[in-house]
Amino acid sequence: MKIYRIHALICAGGQCISAGGNDFEAALRVEIEKHGLEDEVQIVETGCMGACEMGPMMVVYPEGTLYINLQPENAKEIVEEHFLKGRKVQRFMWQKEDGHFPTLNEVPFFALQTKIVLRNCGIINPENIDEYIAYDGYTGLGKAVGEMTPQEVVKEIEDSGLRGRGGAGFPTGLKWKLTAQAQGDQKYVVCNADEGDPGAYMDRSVLEGDPHTLIEGMAIAGYAVGANQGFIYCRAEYPLAIKRLQKAIQQAKMAGLLGKNILGTDFSFQLSIRIGAGAFVCGEETALLSSIEGKRGEPRKKPPYPATSGLFGLPTLINNVETFANIPVIVSKGSSFFNAIGKEGCRGTKVFSLAGHVNTTGLIEVPLGISMKEIIYDIGGGIPGGKVFKGALIGGPSGGVIPSSQLDVPIDYEHLNTLGAIMGSGGLIVMDESSCMVDIAKFFLQFTVDESCGKCTPCREGTRQMYEILDRITQGEGVPGDIEKLESLGKVIQDTSLCGLGQSAPNPVLSSIRWFRDEYLAHIEKKECPAGVCTMKKTTTTKEEPRRGRKKAST
Amino acid sequence: MEEKKHLLEQLHDIQDADKEHHLSTKKVVELSEKHGYSPAKVYGVETFYTMYSTKPRGKHIIRICENQSCHMANAKNMIHHLEKKLETHVGGTTEDGLFTLELSSCLGMCSVSPAMMIDDVPYGNLTEDRIDEIINSYKEGK
Repeated sequence: MKIYRIHALICAGGQCISAGGNDFEAALRVEIEKHGLEDEVQIVETGCMGACEMGPMMVVYPEGTLYINLQPENAKEIVEEHFLKGRKVQRFMWQKEDGHFPTLNEVPFFALQTKIVLRNCGIINPENIDEYIAYDGYTGLGKAVGEMTPQEVVKEIEDSGLRGRGGAGFPTGLKWKLTAQAQGDQKYVVCNADEGDPGAYMDRSVLEGDPHTLIEGMAIAGYAVGANQGFIYCRAEYPLAIKRLQKAIQQAKMAGLLGKNILGTDFSFQLSIRIGAGAFVCGEETALLSSIEGKRGEPRKKPPYPATSGLFGLPTLINNVETFANIPVIVSKGSSFFNAIGKEGCRGTKVFSLAGHVNTTGLIEVPLGISMKEIIYDIGGGIPGGKVFKGALIGGPSGGVIPSSQLDVPIDYEHLNTLGAIMGSGGLIVMDESSCMVDIAKFFLQFTVDESCGKCTPCREGTRQMYEILDRITQGEGVPGDIEKLESLGKVIQDTSLCGLGQSAPNPVLSSIRWFRDEYLAHIEKKECPAGVCTMKKTTTTKEEPRRGRKKAST
Repeated sequence: MEEKKHLLEQLHDIQDADKEHHLSTKKVVELSEKHGYSPAKVYGVETFYTMYSTKPRGKHIIRICENQSCHMANAKNMIHHLEKKLETHVGGTTEDGLFTLELSSCLGMCSVSPAMMIDDVPYGNLTEDRIDEIINSYKEGK
């Protein structure tokens, strides 16, 4: 093996690339070659390092120097000063308020995280299976098929306390057990990689940064539930993820870790990718199954649940990317390792994507039960520009808003439910005082109206009605009684929609009414938008019959 | 059953191979006949998903994101700027046939919002200047 003096890890995650990371890397390679350092400096393209705000970024080892916001023209100086002479180029480095230049592990954004799902992201080259294996990759699969019975694997997952990371938080072990117990010679394992919640991109980072952990997790699942075929349903908006997955599957096949007689045992497992075509509703599990079957992605009635009647009517285990990414660690290190993280009823970690009005945006992985305050202020570095925190949206268009009065509440499935929000897939959008809650609620409703598949009436028609009321309110045409109408409509939609999309669609509206009722009232009664976002029409006479709403309702 | 499984993929293949990035009626009917689907079924599927187009599109497809994070980061202005720069509107194709401008579902690039994708290449931290630079580079490379 070749030994290098310097390892330069360059983030090749989607967001760093989009900020110009490839151009910097190309320039760096030219400079390294110019100085004949090819045998001394190794460039490693890693997956997402998480601190997307700082991209394009590079970490130089052995010491862990953190270079941020790199431009191609910076490459020359870094090579000539740092790589040749050993003098770090401080003006490209991350600097703390006190003037120091901490190494990667000392930066609070990184230091305060606990990484299981993202353990390899930003450290290994995702396109090289050897690097995954060097970090204990596929030991979980080896242990499962070599030393454990399928029942023991299911038991281990049950004992870990892992719950589904896609939204609802259903106990993963129980899902596995139900699928394992289902009758049938042919079963399937399906991975939901149709991450569509606006504001959430953790699955993208796992797919791009550590695809083998997903493959290993799915193969273990196949062994546990008795399935020999798996499908990854990935959205078409993630071409880089698809490319890296294809490569990883090929490598795993070559290494005998997928395909027939895995690791010399009787267990065989094939894995294929299915690509979506732009439909948010396909993130709902039954709609996703319809889509894999080559149909319109419309949800089906539950029960029967996929565990007994899923893909092509056969027993199917379906989990999302983040859930599967936990599996190799649980199996190789044991459920007790996992169980020690988090809190009662909510074990392990959760990845959140931090975006919006916060100093350091990016992906973070934290133990469940942490407070929102710790996430926003300790890890995210607080609100920029000296502005005041107003609320944090969690769970995307299915979630709700956490107001400043609830910042200390621990983040777990149950507490979030009592606040009228949900964990969802982990999108976390921070808003300062310049955001208008009614506008945000309207924005999410617009999203649901667009994405509703149209199969059931409450979701198709109800969300449109709610949207039109909100649209009126934000234009200064709200009338007394609108809030109550929104509340009652929301309740009906929650109770009567066919699938999770409709059932959770009113959440952002209901939760913003709950915490920011005054703001709604200001729009309706005073015709004022306190945040100054909505353009209110200057009419003092309120029309009793809202024209827009009535007209569209009949179409 | 094996064939039906791949319908979405077949449609992707046809669309990707097409110079105008769309699914023509002729191609769809051919596909239906080949596999014994009714053309109505295939039409039902292709019009359900937003990434298939029944109309011819430009050489490059620009997908700009206008979801929550991008919305908060002024995506609207970026869309207006693109419309002005390209002299077309969302859903339209430029006169020279080089670009089609579309809105996208969340691209998952919320930390570098506003963001867009041209074909398979993502671009984040958009500003009006950066958009001009990017569009010009495609124009020169045509």
